[in-house]
Amino acid sequence: MVTAAAASPGISAEAVAAALADVADPEIPAISIVDLGIVHRADVAAGRIEVELLPTFVGCPAIEAIRHAVSERLAMFGLPVEVSITFEVPWTSGRITTAGRARLRESGFAPPAEPEDVRCPYCSSPKVAMDSAFGPTLCRSLFYCRACRQPFESFKAV
Amino acid sequence: MTTIRTSLAVGVPPDLRAPLDELLLSMADDEFVIGFSDSEWTGIAPLLEEDVAISSLAQDELGHAAALYALLAEVRADGRDADAIAYDRKPDEYRHARLLDHGRGDWAMTIARRYLYDTADGARLEGLAGSSFSPLRELVDKIRREERYHVMHATTWLERLAARDGEPRERLLAALDELAPDAATVFSPLAGETRLVENGVLAEPMSVLEARWRATITPSFVHLSLPMPPAAAHPDRGRTDHREPFSWLWTEFTSVRRSDPVATW
Repeated sequence: MVTAAAASPGISAEAVAAALADVADPEIPAISIVDLGIVHRADVAAGRIEVELLPTFVGCPAIEAIRHAVSERLAMFGLPVEVSITFEVPWTSGRITTAGRARLRESGFAPPAEPEDVRCPYCSSPKVAMDSAFGPTLCRSLFYCRACRQPFESFKAV
Repeated sequence: MTTIRTSLAVGVPPDLRAPLDELLLSMADDEFVIGFSDSEWTGIAPLLEEDVAISSLAQDELGHAAALYALLAEVRADGRDADAIAYDRKPDEYRHARLLDHGRGDWAMTIARRYLYDTADGARLEGLAGSSFSPLRELVDKIRREERYHVMHATTWLERLAARDGEPRERLLAALDELAPDAATVFSPLAGETRLVENGVLAEPMSVLEARWRATITPSFVHLSLPMPPAAAHPDRGRTDHREPFSWLWTEFTSVRRSDPVATW
């Protein structure tokens, strides 16, 4: 959730949130960090921009790259930017927006679901099998679709 | 290392500082040591999928360790960061469980260790799920969601090895036999655990958490006809008296840091 605070003149929390909507996730560039649900808070207060991010996994190695990308994207506002990470609430797969889930499917990733509920992102078949719970990144599992014979990845449900 | 913003706003009461330090250090060292041990498989695991899986498990555990060390650094507030705690200690200053001190071993040893550790860690995390120390409770909430996949992985392999007579089962039995005296050392009593329980940081003493762990794994062990792990041979030394393979691992994981302690990344 993006919350608005007392904004500095001319820069609203909404403008910051809109800018963050173009920061792509470095591991799945098709989806933005806002659609991925990892932006916990983006406030403009006392002449500075503060952003708090929720890592998808505690050990997510992309988080530094994301912090850097957020700082770069918000530099245009001309205010000091502080990007921190927090576990105040857990990131869960339910935080991915409806638009984000659609973008994942379009890019060949099954949106997060319990393993028995995963559907093939190419043909929507439920006739899929998990090859491995662990995939190329911490947040993805490997599946195979028996209907269209296509291997694919699914976001882990956490 | 990344700064984590916690809700540690009011500080820790002075009389809880040492017990909390001990708890966080034991948990962080456990995750750090098993994570590093598992990373020894990267590139040489028995199957490609398992190479990816064990490397992901290692990465998860090192991530948990980094977050726990960062929280500990915040509790200590002595200017030393998570990296300093993780790397700038002598081998006898680490407080991980002796269960993790048996060297990488073969795949059956790795699975036996992972199963015993993941299930024990699960019982410990359950004992922290309602912790009164909110930064730890928040982190545990997140970690438990990931550990679910670890237990699934270890359970699948334990069943696979146990069910196949001949070499797979023999190797698994040999690994469980070697680990037996140290199997329960995750629950070695902490000096300050009474304070932790009184203050609601930890729900129950380690001995009670150990009983819960045993109740959880007994059905699988009975079903697979595997010998249940005995009580720890020396619970009082379960986190202090490290075995030789740890000296080797310590030399490995501190080698870069020791080569240039002030390097920045």
